[in-house]
Amino acid sequence: MDGGLQPFSVLLEGRVLAGLMPMHVAIAADGSIRSAGPTLKKILPDRQLEGCAFFDRFEIRRPAALGSVGDLIRTAGRRLHLNPRGQVQDGLRGVAVPVMEPGVGSAGVLVNLTFGVGIIEGVRRHRLSDADFVASDLTMELLYLVEAKSAVMQELRDLNLRLDDAKTAAEAQAVTDPLTGLSNRRGADLRLSGHSASRIGFGLMHMDLDFFKEVNDSFGHAAGDHVLQMVAKVLRAHTRTEDCSARVGGDEFIVILPGMTEGPSLLALAERIIAEISRPILFNGVECLVSVSIGIAVHRGNSPPDLEHLHHIADQALYSAKHAGRRRAHLARQE
Amino acid sequence: MHGLINRSLQGFVTHTFGAEAWTRITRTADLPFDSFEPMLTYDPDWTGRIIDAAAIVLDRPRAAVLEDLGTHLVSHPQMEPLRRLLRFGGVTYRDFLDSVEDLPGRAQLALPDLNMPEITLQDHGGGEFRLTCRFNVTGMGYVLIGLLRAMADDYGALVLLDHHGTTERGDHLTIRLLDDAHGVARQFDLAPADRSDLALHQW
Repeated sequence: MDGGLQPFSVLLEGRVLAGLMPMHVAIAADGSIRSAGPTLKKILPDRQLEGCAFFDRFEIRRPAALGSVGDLIRTAGRRLHLNPRGQVQDGLRGVAVPVMEPGVGSAGVLVNLTFGVGIIEGVRRHRLSDADFVASDLTMELLYLVEAKSAVMQELRDLNLRLDDAKTAAEAQAVTDPLTGLSNRRGADLRLSGHSASRIGFGLMHMDLDFFKEVNDSFGHAAGDHVLQMVAKVLRAHTRTEDCSARVGGDEFIVILPGMTEGPSLLALAERIIAEISRPILFNGVECLVSVSIGIAVHRGNSPPDLEHLHHIADQALYSAKHAGRRRAHLARQE
Repeated sequence: MHGLINRSLQGFVTHTFGAEAWTRITRTADLPFDSFEPMLTYDPDWTGRIIDAAAIVLDRPRAAVLEDLGTHLVSHPQMEPLRRLLRFGGVTYRDFLDSVEDLPGRAQLALPDLNMPEITLQDHGGGEFRLTCRFNVTGMGYVLIGLLRAMADDYGALVLLDHHGTTERGDHLTIRLLDDAHGVARQFDLAPADRSDLALHQW
């Protein structure tokens, strides 16, 4: 690399050194500081370094056991980790190189320092400004990046909060049960209030699966979910498009049948649904056996229904069906 | 188009002319929603349509709307984080001008998918600079004029800015820096006082 060129040497005055390396310390052979950069002095309480003994003002953390200029020369080129004495929070990183002071004859050391990763806190603690860093230093880019990144993170946090609010609002407005695709309770309530407003008569079925807990306990929740989906399929197959089937609890369903106000035809439909649901449901090679009990209430129309009362008598009919041995449908006494 | 660009348009109109003006603009532009999310990406056509609609609704030339947007990006108190990021360009306005070419690269350090205008700056000596700015939305040169003027105020510098028309290379601007230390510069601390204030837009 040298190509036969003479060794190159330059003479840099302290003022020039300060312009190139605002965090340097030039140390004479006896350990006294001959010159120091303005940014380095700015982080010291007395802002004064020239004439002080280097090892009095700085504590070398690594490499271990460095206590003289000779030690610094011996380890020249290795990374130095140090801090101003009494300022552990201001950890600095740097490199030392041997230098000659003209007219003195003995070798000194030039140490150039930087904050390293502690720069963000360092800038804040010592109120450093862009004038404290030289043009070739990437500190400004680092500070810029930290600030830009924080701003972007804040935007993303805000976006997440807005999306979360929107999700909560959407869930509150949902009318569908995600597992079965049937309506949920809110959907069923909306449909019932629509019928009461238009004074249409309707049949109302309350259903409760029999032995569902046993399926869950023996074959797991995946089997239970599969059973619920099969029940939903049966309900869809046995109802018309204008009817509304809803899952309103773990294994509870409601079917609303506008225009169907005749007890015998409602009971016949219920029997068909019971027969269908009572067939074994295959899941991963095992047969899941459930059945269903149904309570039926009827609103004849022409007057607004008492929905609370209708639900109540449909529930009573359901319980009597359960008590009578399950797997059957009971019609509530007429209003 | 990055939502941040659309959202800054929205912020400019809402802060300056009110939420009602923004609603009229989105209707005129036939936008299928009423608010941009700064961290999502949108069809680039919408940006141009919003600018055209803003000119109609606010009854001002398109160039004036864009120039005011540029000024707003720097000088509105709620855009302080962006002003700070721009001030990282240098100690003086001349340093800042030197950093203008780097603006797209700097922005992409933080947001790699943010599309930014292509900017080239030539120093003609004697304080005169020529700048070209090319972007997929026409008229970005006017935004830059507003922004460069507001940054001059920020640095306390005196500048003359002119738009010299548009070619296939983009918008052509001249910048004459008359005095780098004409007035009092606004305060710029490298470390912000309150880090919780660091959002790119605030409402």
